[in-house]
Amino acid sequence: MLGYSFGELGSIFAMQAFAGLILFSVFVLMALGLAIIFGQMGVINMAHGEFMILGAYMTYLCSHLFSAYLPGLYSIYFFVAMIVAFIASGALGLLVEWGLIRHLYRRPLDTLLATWGLSLFLQQAYRSTFGAREVGVELPNWMMGSTNLSDTIQIPINGIFVMVLTLLITLAVYLLIYRSRWGCQVRAVVQNRTMAGAVGINTEKVDRYTFGIGCGIAGIAGSAFTMIGSTGPTAGQLYIVDTFLVVVFGGAQSLLGTIASAFTISQAQSTMEFFLSGSMAKVLALLAVVGILMLRPQGLFVLKVRR
Amino acid sequence: MTGTAFLNRKDLIGLLLLGLLIVVVLPLAFDIFRLNLIGKYLTYAFVALGLVLCWGDAGILSLGQGVFFGLGGYCMAMFLKLEASSPEATKIQSTPGIPDFMDWNQITALPLFWRPFHSLTFTLVAIIAVPVLVTFIIGLAMFKRRVGGVYFAIITQAIAAILTILIVGQQGFTGGINGITDLRTLKGWDIRTDHAKYVLYFINASLLLGSIVLCQYVRHTKLGRILVAMREREDRVRFSGYDVANFKIFVFCFAAALAAVGGAMFTLQVGFMSPSFVGIVPSVELVIYCAVGGRLSLLGAVYGTLLVNAAKTMFSEDFPQLWLFAMGALFIGVVLAFPDGLAGIYQSYVEPHVERLLALLPGRSGPGMAAAAPASRPE
Repeated sequence: MLGYSFGELGSIFAMQAFAGLILFSVFVLMALGLAIIFGQMGVINMAHGEFMILGAYMTYLCSHLFSAYLPGLYSIYFFVAMIVAFIASGALGLLVEWGLIRHLYRRPLDTLLATWGLSLFLQQAYRSTFGAREVGVELPNWMMGSTNLSDTIQIPINGIFVMVLTLLITLAVYLLIYRSRWGCQVRAVVQNRTMAGAVGINTEKVDRYTFGIGCGIAGIAGSAFTMIGSTGPTAGQLYIVDTFLVVVFGGAQSLLGTIASAFTISQAQSTMEFFLSGSMAKVLALLAVVGILMLRPQGLFVLKVRR
Repeated sequence: MTGTAFLNRKDLIGLLLLGLLIVVVLPLAFDIFRLNLIGKYLTYAFVALGLVLCWGDAGILSLGQGVFFGLGGYCMAMFLKLEASSPEATKIQSTPGIPDFMDWNQITALPLFWRPFHSLTFTLVAIIAVPVLVTFIIGLAMFKRRVGGVYFAIITQAIAAILTILIVGQQGFTGGINGITDLRTLKGWDIRTDHAKYVLYFINASLLLGSIVLCQYVRHTKLGRILVAMREREDRVRFSGYDVANFKIFVFCFAAALAAVGGAMFTLQVGFMSPSFVGIVPSVELVIYCAVGGRLSLLGAVYGTLLVNAAKTMFSEDFPQLWLFAMGALFIGVVLAFPDGLAGIYQSYVEPHVERLLALLPGRSGPGMAAAAPASRPE
């Protein structure tokens, strides 16, 4: 750390912390969908990354369509793209639940294998449709560039946008699960399926829409993801383990836990990246998570349920 | 369960047929290039055998078997690489006597953990001991705290991810993404000649057949019964006074040891080892071999491995586009329609006919190895 003055060092830490915050936002967005599907329903969806990538490709398509046919509205295409991504991923999710998942609720390990098969299938479908090369989207002008907080601290605008988006979506998910009637039904089904059915909740319908909404949120995450990185057919697979660890580490059924663990992992990783190489930072962060999970298998936050 | 005869008549016939296929028919039918490929597939079958015990019988799904395959393979590769980088062979390097990739990465002395691999005895012990030690630690930490099922699967997957990132990242010590390549001799015996490949194929085949017998023995003992009981009703086994965790640790270590033997044979036959056989994707593929063959059948797992790999080679030679579609459909199809895989199909459609034929011969036949009866069925 020789050769840096205190001011420079402070700015580096500030920017590194901000990079960690962006990583945190992406983790939260990815993990939210999974927290609903895995945490609430107990379904292991290995194809979650592919649902995310579907959202990213939808954004890519939207950006092309807008620049070709509606150049005047190009600056707001991103909001349309997010809605399209939500609907596309959500619809695919409903279809998958109907065709695949609902037959496997009693066999969680088999769900894992079947959804892995689905993820291979989707990857090849993306490769055949969009090509094997990674694609990126062009950001509208207002999202490019960065603001200067001080002379040495620069913060990219798209990063701020992703953070605000994450905040809004997290809030929406919170309201949906803990404040809406539907969320109440979901939690009832999760805690005791038979009793929930006995009091008149249509558990199959609740399952299907829960899965669909989880996938839809993954689509939005993918859409947000295009602002930070490029999208390839196998990009989803790179993140699936991280995402699962975030959810498991936080305590599978706790939304707050998911957020807390996403924060811990992303900050740990980005801070260590400053001192070590990127790969070692990642290895240490993952090892720490696995180690803590061995000591505390139930995760950080536990929902107290009588079983 | 009758006394010591853990291989009954039908098991023996099944084993002999498989032996005939891989020791006689395949070597006669294919040239050495194809046979070498088949030998490579058969090394995956070791992992599938381990998964039959670990996943099929005991119900513990490990998505990190590639880690143990890789550790075994890397141990072997380190020995071979050290032999290939003798000071005479590497005198053009700036530091002669160390593996070439270390030289490229400006490492000037052999790292400490590489040194014992000069000894073949140490290497052979390490091939089994290193993965077993790793599994023992993981198993101890997880099973004693009653982590199981889905959580276990995800954590083993994370371990596969960690090891891959580590190997790729520490290029100077591990050869990075390319792995350890350019392996030449084993104690002066050139492993790259056709003759050596034949010899290695037969060693591999006999090890595999031996492993099947060993696995069948384990399944036949009381231990094997406890494993199945654990899968079906873990609490009842616990309440009966058994320490469930110890049995789980044992079967997990056993599967890892088998995988490591497979990995070592892989390195010998293919001539290199790389992180692409360690990570998440190959680990899950190993599980699908087992699932296609039938997670409850040892012989089924071997046939499943051979068939899936043969299909993979054919598809990727002729229609590379279709392979992932086919593989995805295979996963979904096997899980949805044939949870017991090929062995299950054999059991319900072919076996009755075979049974009728066997009934014509003198002697009785019990439940077979190719079609181990589900635990719920009293025997």
